[in-house]
Amino acid sequence: MASHYEAPIRKPLVTGNKTYHQISVDVAKPIEGKANKQWWIVFSISLVLFMWGVGCMIYTISTGIGVWGLNKTVGWAWDITNFVWWIGIGHAGTLISAVLLLFRQKWRMGINRSAEAMTIFSVMQAGLFPLIHMGRPWLAYWVLPIPNQFGSLWVNFNSPLLWDVFAISTYLTVSLVFWWTGLLPDFAMIRDRAVKPFQKKIYSLVSFGWSGRAKDWQRFEEISLVLAGLATPLVLSVHTIVSFDFATSVIPGWHTTIFPPYFVAGAIFSGFAMVNTLLIVMRKVCNLEDYITLQHIELMNIVIMITGSIVGCAYITELFIAWYSGVEYEQYAFLNRATGPYWWAYWAMMTCNVFSPQLMWFKKLRTSIIFSFIISIVVNIGMWFERFVIIVTSLHRDYLPSSWTMFSPSFVDIGIFIGTIGFFFVLFLLYARTFPVIAQAEVKTILKSSGDNYKKLRDKNGK
Amino acid sequence: MANKFLHAIYDDDDKLLDAVKFLKKEGVYIEDVFTPFPVHGLDKALGLEPTRISIAGFIYGCIGFAFAIFMMNYIMIVDWPQNIGGKPSFSFIENMPAFVPIMFELTVFFSAHLMVITFYLRSRLWPFKEAENPIPETTDDKFLVQIPVSDNEKELKSKVKKTDIFKIDIVENKDE
Repeated sequence: MASHYEAPIRKPLVTGNKTYHQISVDVAKPIEGKANKQWWIVFSISLVLFMWGVGCMIYTISTGIGVWGLNKTVGWAWDITNFVWWIGIGHAGTLISAVLLLFRQKWRMGINRSAEAMTIFSVMQAGLFPLIHMGRPWLAYWVLPIPNQFGSLWVNFNSPLLWDVFAISTYLTVSLVFWWTGLLPDFAMIRDRAVKPFQKKIYSLVSFGWSGRAKDWQRFEEISLVLAGLATPLVLSVHTIVSFDFATSVIPGWHTTIFPPYFVAGAIFSGFAMVNTLLIVMRKVCNLEDYITLQHIELMNIVIMITGSIVGCAYITELFIAWYSGVEYEQYAFLNRATGPYWWAYWAMMTCNVFSPQLMWFKKLRTSIIFSFIISIVVNIGMWFERFVIIVTSLHRDYLPSSWTMFSPSFVDIGIFIGTIGFFFVLFLLYARTFPVIAQAEVKTILKSSGDNYKKLRDKNGK
Repeated sequence: MANKFLHAIYDDDDKLLDAVKFLKKEGVYIEDVFTPFPVHGLDKALGLEPTRISIAGFIYGCIGFAFAIFMMNYIMIVDWPQNIGGKPSFSFIENMPAFVPIMFELTVFFSAHLMVITFYLRSRLWPFKEAENPIPETTDDKFLVQIPVSDNEKELKSKVKKTDIFKIDIVENKDE
């Protein structure tokens, strides 16, 4: 027991007197049981939304980008807003599993699996937008560095849009192998418990024959650590490069050196909010309150509060620098954001992202589950508005006042966005029924240090 | 290859660790240990050598970095130099700052993927691979020490019984 010592001041991360076997039972339960009515209802709604989105995508591709609300002044609007929003949400998973692993934060273990799943699913949604925006998605391979018999040129490595291609494909694939490698022991646990032959076959296939040898575990731990070390700068680089899409241009309101850190903080902010949204529901539905405790939710709320404050600082810095630069175009762009025709979007963003997370300073509020859930939704709305404000308000009044105009989305714009939300939930709901949603092998390693029963035992023995 | 094994099964990671240390001291040859989660200190107790997989990862990263430089230099400087927006692109060093993001991404890409592939191959993990843990409980809450048996069965049993054991099994492999 002495080797599992943890300071008594730390709150337990696993509650309810668990044994190793009980953890396996609890994690396997949602997979072995049958889906209830609510699951089917939510799944059907998501599927319908997804299908509606697919319809809008087919309409866009068969007719052309003209079916969107874009015009000659605002040539980038909902598509890129949605792209950045989804990519931002996709940042929390790797942050939780990689950065918190490097910092040896044990509370990551209850939530990392689902956060990573959320990352992968949301990056998939993000990837759809550039693909559709190409207009001819069957030519998507033109973004690859392949010889030029297709036309006259190679791809342009000076372009931040091409950096995006590399960043996002690296991020998606590396997150995927990181996630899957961590899943092997948990799939193996499900495989070894399975009684139905079909289930056994499937989980044997996906667990890659994991046997849990001492040497395998040694390599597994090393791989996890090195992948975390690689994924940490990777996750920071991805949103940095996404922000370069704007920051390397010469549009007032985009041409800002603060963008990379500001976008990364915003991404973590929205990602944690989405993790909270999903896990608050999942812990209840899958009976995992002993593993995703109030302590986990409180810690995530604190991260939301801190990153929200960083984002708030960035907004104010932007305003200050616009004034201090003395460049009248910059000054106008920011004045127009706050007081122009899109003032409501700007103030929606300010209220949701800067004001609302500050409420988390109150312990009573950040330990309230209902309140955390509401704030997580508010933050996600706010972060969507942030991207909309940056993109549309900077474009709609450009250098030539005769081209000034407004943007309004068409039903196709809205349909595709709603479709990606449906697709995301379809994937997440399927995941919640078929995957071990808690990294049970990892949770077992912290049971003796952070389980409430062992903590009580230590209190009683004085050590 | 021995075809008779003694399986010493434990129900706790601390008991397993003490047992492995004890058996090692007694000079028992342990072929393998199967555990449901990584038991810290087990590799040292078994005398396993440290894994070199991170060194491989570093080398793969260097390959990715070199590949990125080679690729972008060939495409942008050697094969088809262009003046894009007045930005310098006629010598590698002038154009290099724009190449940094992709140099980084490809370093990570190569390092991560090749390292994971190496891990899968070295630990023999792939789809359709049959699992080799002797009893299914070792992925749940049991810890199994596999000891090959020749004609010393009694002696081994008495040594294993001195540890805080849950169960002892003697297993014969038919096909090997």
